[in-house]
Amino acid sequence: MAYDKFNILKSSAVPLPIENVDTDQIIPARFLKATERKGFGDNLFRDWRYHPDNTPKEQFVLNNPIYKGKILVGGKNFGSGSSREHAAWAVYDYGFRCVVSSFFADIFRNNCLNIGVLPVQVSPEFLDKIFRAVEKNPNTELEISLPEQTITILETNENEGFAINDYKKENMLNGFDDIDFLLNIEKEIREFAEDTPL
Amino acid sequence: MSKTLFDKVWDSHTVQRIENGPDVIFIDRHLVHEVTSPVAFLGLKNRGVKVLYPERTFATADHNTPTLNQHLPVKDKLSANQLKALEENSKAHNIPYWGLGHEKNGIVHVIGPENGITLPGATIVCGDSHTSTHGAFGAIAFGIGTSEVEMVLSTQCIMQPKAKSMRINIDGDLNIGVTPKDVALFIISKLTTSGATGYFVEYSGQVFRDMSMEGRMTVCNLSIEMGARGGMIAPDEKTFDYIKGREYTPKGAAWDKAMDYWQTLYSDEDAVFDKEIAFTASEIEPMITYGTNPGMGMGIQNGIPLANAVEGGNATYKKSLEYMAFNEGEAMIGKPIDFVFLGSCTNGRIEDFRAFASIIKGRKKADNVTAWLVPGSHRVEEAIKTEGILDLLHEAGFELREPGCSACLAMNDDKIPAGKYAVSTSNRNFEGRQGPGSRTLLASPLVAAAAAVTGKVTDPRELMQEVIA
Repeated sequence: MAYDKFNILKSSAVPLPIENVDTDQIIPARFLKATERKGFGDNLFRDWRYHPDNTPKEQFVLNNPIYKGKILVGGKNFGSGSSREHAAWAVYDYGFRCVVSSFFADIFRNNCLNIGVLPVQVSPEFLDKIFRAVEKNPNTELEISLPEQTITILETNENEGFAINDYKKENMLNGFDDIDFLLNIEKEIREFAEDTPL
Repeated sequence: MSKTLFDKVWDSHTVQRIENGPDVIFIDRHLVHEVTSPVAFLGLKNRGVKVLYPERTFATADHNTPTLNQHLPVKDKLSANQLKALEENSKAHNIPYWGLGHEKNGIVHVIGPENGITLPGATIVCGDSHTSTHGAFGAIAFGIGTSEVEMVLSTQCIMQPKAKSMRINIDGDLNIGVTPKDVALFIISKLTTSGATGYFVEYSGQVFRDMSMEGRMTVCNLSIEMGARGGMIAPDEKTFDYIKGREYTPKGAAWDKAMDYWQTLYSDEDAVFDKEIAFTASEIEPMITYGTNPGMGMGIQNGIPLANAVEGGNATYKKSLEYMAFNEGEAMIGKPIDFVFLGSCTNGRIEDFRAFASIIKGRKKADNVTAWLVPGSHRVEEAIKTEGILDLLHEAGFELREPGCSACLAMNDDKIPAGKYAVSTSNRNFEGRQGPGSRTLLASPLVAAAAAVTGKVTDPRELMQEVIA
């Protein structure tokens, strides 16, 4: 499925300064029972966001109306644990288009890239700067430029570059996915398979 | 040029290399389960494509299945719907489907090796992070997301950059009471949950050479818990003996040809790894976790580390202990527990049940403990019965459930209640992993058994010595 194109994103950010946020927190397993990709945003961070009786936990950042925006900023090692793409779907479905952290777990990063959510890895120092800027002023805007591969704190103009391979960058800029690419080389794959016994 | 084991398998499966991009990797065998596949099948439908190689694809129901009364219709409507979707999708695409009640049904990472789907030098993927289990056979095996499941169904390939390589060597003899689970929890406690992110790990040294195939599976299974893409162990005679004659293993001339390839699967002597780490076996004690990620583990006799002695975020560490209702410096030994879970793709095999039985034999389940013992497959369940382990369990006051992932991720009814402590042989102690508010202590089957009969965290070596005396 092709996804939204990503070019330049300018938005305020939602800070979650916790390390090792695992995908069981992003979306608990009991919400993985759907057979369609729908409604996962409602259960994003379910158990941090709601009490067992489904009333909101007021101190949790998603329940604090002063924080909003399309960018989620998380602590080191974001997205560890289960391979559930539902975690990336929940992030997307809630309305985030970009996750910023100083370190991402591999599978979560891949899953994000495969659905058009941009994972932006910054240095621990720059992550700290973002957290401090957002803490000081929740309306602080970040600008993420995929063509330039830069992230900027607009208020202070502090910025940093981030890495993404050329292939994925091109895909995200155009909203292409890997299956489009692979279906185009099916002949080559079939030839390869002939030489590869079961 | 000299190559690592990982290089050899990866390079031989590279269909195309994209400059400053990923490699196109051909996947030999694809395992599918009910939770991460329905949206992928939907994707195929929307694109109007079929599964390219159904004969390389195998489907089982495990994540979202009850472990009691599997012969009855599944009560939870959403779960039943998901199971039905997998059954229908498998049928529509000619994929073998081993649903509830099928003799080959079980946890995807248990039945792969059992049926000879898992082979040395193969590339194996599944929409489940513990796919790394299959690396025990010298395969490149790793978990993928649903977009990638769709990719493999439709094109038998994925696109990923090649991981960096890491070798973890452990020589020496393991101490008494130290199991493969302890070895893995020890490594993760040293590396942290992100210490191997970006790497594919090869385990080497005497400890892994001496280990059984099932032990190797436990170790490779937990590779993802230190962030690694996967883990693998070079195949040897033990590996070949294990797989020979299984249903999906090559036969006759094909076996001989495969053996020629398999015997080349080792890291060349002068192969260079991006990172090398070494431990000695004698350092490792029976382990237990005290926090909310698998890296928060320690020797069972130790005290919970002080926050200021822990690398990284103090706030995160304190939040974790608060969730567990533990304090810095406390001993874990003697802490009362409520539940014991034996099972999962980590420790749901016959050797795990043998280990558990060795401790509970002649003892009784503690009254304060609810124990869920869940075999990894029907084959494991069968062995538990034929080896007389079921009788031992019954005599000690335990019941056996039916196969599935069960309380490891608590998608079904097997949920640890809020605030309760579970000593669990599974793989993750994340907040709420085993049910909202549940508190998990990860440990080996021996530690789980010791907890089950004493009702508290107990060093299994104490009970083993009694047996010896």
